[in-house]
Amino acid sequence: MTRVLLIEDDPAVRHGVTLGLRRRGHETEAVSTGEDGLEALASFAPEIVLLDLMLPGMSGLEVCRRVREVSQVPIVILSARGDDMDVVVGLEAGADDYVVKPASGELIEARMRAVLRRVAPSQSATGAVEACTVAGDLRIDRQGLRVSKHGAELSLAPSELKLLLFLSASPGQTFSRQQLLEYVWEHSYYGDARLVDACVMRLRARIEDDQRKPRYIQTVRGFGYRFGPL
Amino acid sequence: MSGRLLRGDARRRFLAGGLRRRLPLRGLRRRLFSRGLRTRLVVVFLLVSALSALAAAALTFRQARSAILDRAQDSAVRDLRGQLASLAPDLPARPDRRELRSLVLQLDRSGGSRAWHTSASYRDGPLVPATGRPVPLPAGFRKAGATARTAVVQRFHRGDDPWLALALPVMTADEPSRRSGLVVYASFSLASEEQDVSSLVDAARTGALPVVLLSAVPALFAARSVLRPVRRLRSASEKMAAGALDTRIDVSGNDELADLGRTFNGMAATLQADADTRRAMEARARRFAADVSHELRTPLAAMTAVTGVLDEEAAAGRLEPETAEALGLVADETRRLTRMVDDLMEISRFDAGAAVLHRDEVDVGELVRKTLALRHWQDRVGTDVPEGLRASLDPRRIDVVLANLVGNALRHGGPSVPVHIRARGEGGRLVLTVTDGGPGIPPDVLPHVFDRFTKGDAARARSEGSGLGLAIAAENARLHDGTLTAAEAPGGGAQFTLDLPLHRTPESP
Repeated sequence: MTRVLLIEDDPAVRHGVTLGLRRRGHETEAVSTGEDGLEALASFAPEIVLLDLMLPGMSGLEVCRRVREVSQVPIVILSARGDDMDVVVGLEAGADDYVVKPASGELIEARMRAVLRRVAPSQSATGAVEACTVAGDLRIDRQGLRVSKHGAELSLAPSELKLLLFLSASPGQTFSRQQLLEYVWEHSYYGDARLVDACVMRLRARIEDDQRKPRYIQTVRGFGYRFGPL
Repeated sequence: MSGRLLRGDARRRFLAGGLRRRLPLRGLRRRLFSRGLRTRLVVVFLLVSALSALAAAALTFRQARSAILDRAQDSAVRDLRGQLASLAPDLPARPDRRELRSLVLQLDRSGGSRAWHTSASYRDGPLVPATGRPVPLPAGFRKAGATARTAVVQRFHRGDDPWLALALPVMTADEPSRRSGLVVYASFSLASEEQDVSSLVDAARTGALPVVLLSAVPALFAARSVLRPVRRLRSASEKMAAGALDTRIDVSGNDELADLGRTFNGMAATLQADADTRRAMEARARRFAADVSHELRTPLAAMTAVTGVLDEEAAAGRLEPETAEALGLVADETRRLTRMVDDLMEISRFDAGAAVLHRDEVDVGELVRKTLALRHWQDRVGTDVPEGLRASLDPRRIDVVLANLVGNALRHGGPSVPVHIRARGEGGRLVLTVTDGGPGIPPDVLPHVFDRFTKGDAARARSEGSGLGLAIAAENARLHDGTLTAAEAPGGGAQFTLDLPLHRTPESP
């Protein structure tokens, strides 16, 4: 059972999604505006936020930014259009994943589960990785799911943390965006590669000294991304 | 139809070739005249000016020549007559040979610059020349002179030189109309007069040639002034043909070319208005389709979110069978409707030019494997993809294309139909073919397979597809600067070929 905060202005969609989620046993709080959503964030303390971008009053993007200022709760965008630039902006603002409406209850739940899974699946399978690694100025604690730089703990959104854990588990190995979509986001191979790019951008903003000359998350042109070599 | 046209065309070309071979002059003329209006105008202008110069020169020459010769002839007759008038009275009535000789000697001497040669005869007697040599006279001239009552002249050629012969009968002193029987003949060269005439020809030639050449200058100017509006018209037509329907010509004057320019502007205005109307209508229709599908999405989003609930209820066996059936139907059709609206939205994006390509370097073999695995088709479809073949493409879009082609093949070919995917990277192109061993595409449907809402046959009409799948696939290929084509497979069945550049072309984003 998961505590879900749904921020969606259309009453029918709000009702439908709530119905679908409750049937699957999730405790769902549904609000129609961003302002109510931010309020519920404190009072309801959700484990995940489903956020419609097209909101009256405070926009979904603004809500996304405000949530990230105070919390690393997983955020999944409910988008009316998959090719919308808003999706990219939303992802860059800190959302972990997105679902294009109309979406079935199964799909929404699958995305929620993937985001909520605390460790990337392939990693738990390998098991051989050390519990704690130090790479450059970074200290990555896989057991405690904590990352610190120069001894100061970094607060990373779930997708950022998962991406860093996954890449740093195989330093120097290049992964294509499609592979990262499968392993980290649990999307199909054909998911939206912009998810990866937006997340890499956010992660770099937090861990790199110079974002234009990344040391940790390096781009391999034409292939994908890799961790290091430092 | 087009085949017959082509044959007719070829025959005409063949005939034209034959004619040209037989009539080299016509070919030459065609080559000359195909050089363009300017050349033609200048050539015609030069021809006309040369012709008129030639005609003027010929006329002048004729007039001048006859004037010169006539004057020479007249003065010779006058001189001879004058000399005779002063010498004849000294002659006896019946002059003998010696007296005739002395007459012609005096005449020869008085010829002056003309240097004529004279001779005389009395009553058909022999010709008496001044010297021992006979005087050159044209044949039959003596006879004409013997019977003449007045001066007879004749031009003749002696060797290459033009000569003039004169015969002057001398009348009796007391009776001017009666012939005395004495006839004086004279002949002299016209070489100096001929020289005058030839210098005249030279003058005409040296005058006419520069005039003809100089006339090329006004000819060029005339050609320019005629051709400038033609050239403007041509460049305007080219711009129009390239799609710039707002092209207009500056028209000035009232001549035929100005009229043509005004007609052109009128035509352009009509075309532009038509095109604008059509574009506006198309844009409206597209926006309408996009708006409709967008509006449908919100209620569909609510319905889709609960289809799972309906499925569960229908499957749980707690409901009456009919209610369960109805719920299942609603859930299934909701999903179908969702797919159709998705496809409509996708097509609307292509129509609006809003479809964006997210290229990525991917392994083609992996891409094909993932497409099949995602839909659990890996056991039903054979693949032939070389290892390590990489291409720059939008994997999501190519997945859509492949899934559509393979899905069609599996659906229409029947459950056990062999479906095969083959990929090759050749000459900078990625060529993907999807072949099936099914019944193939009917020839009358083949040209329309990529049209929207085309259904292969009645059995397909109620298929899973929205009727937009192949249209979307073709649009996706086009977005990659590639093509998607349908044909009959060599062994029967259908074959779809996706042809894309392996790597992005420099001008594409």
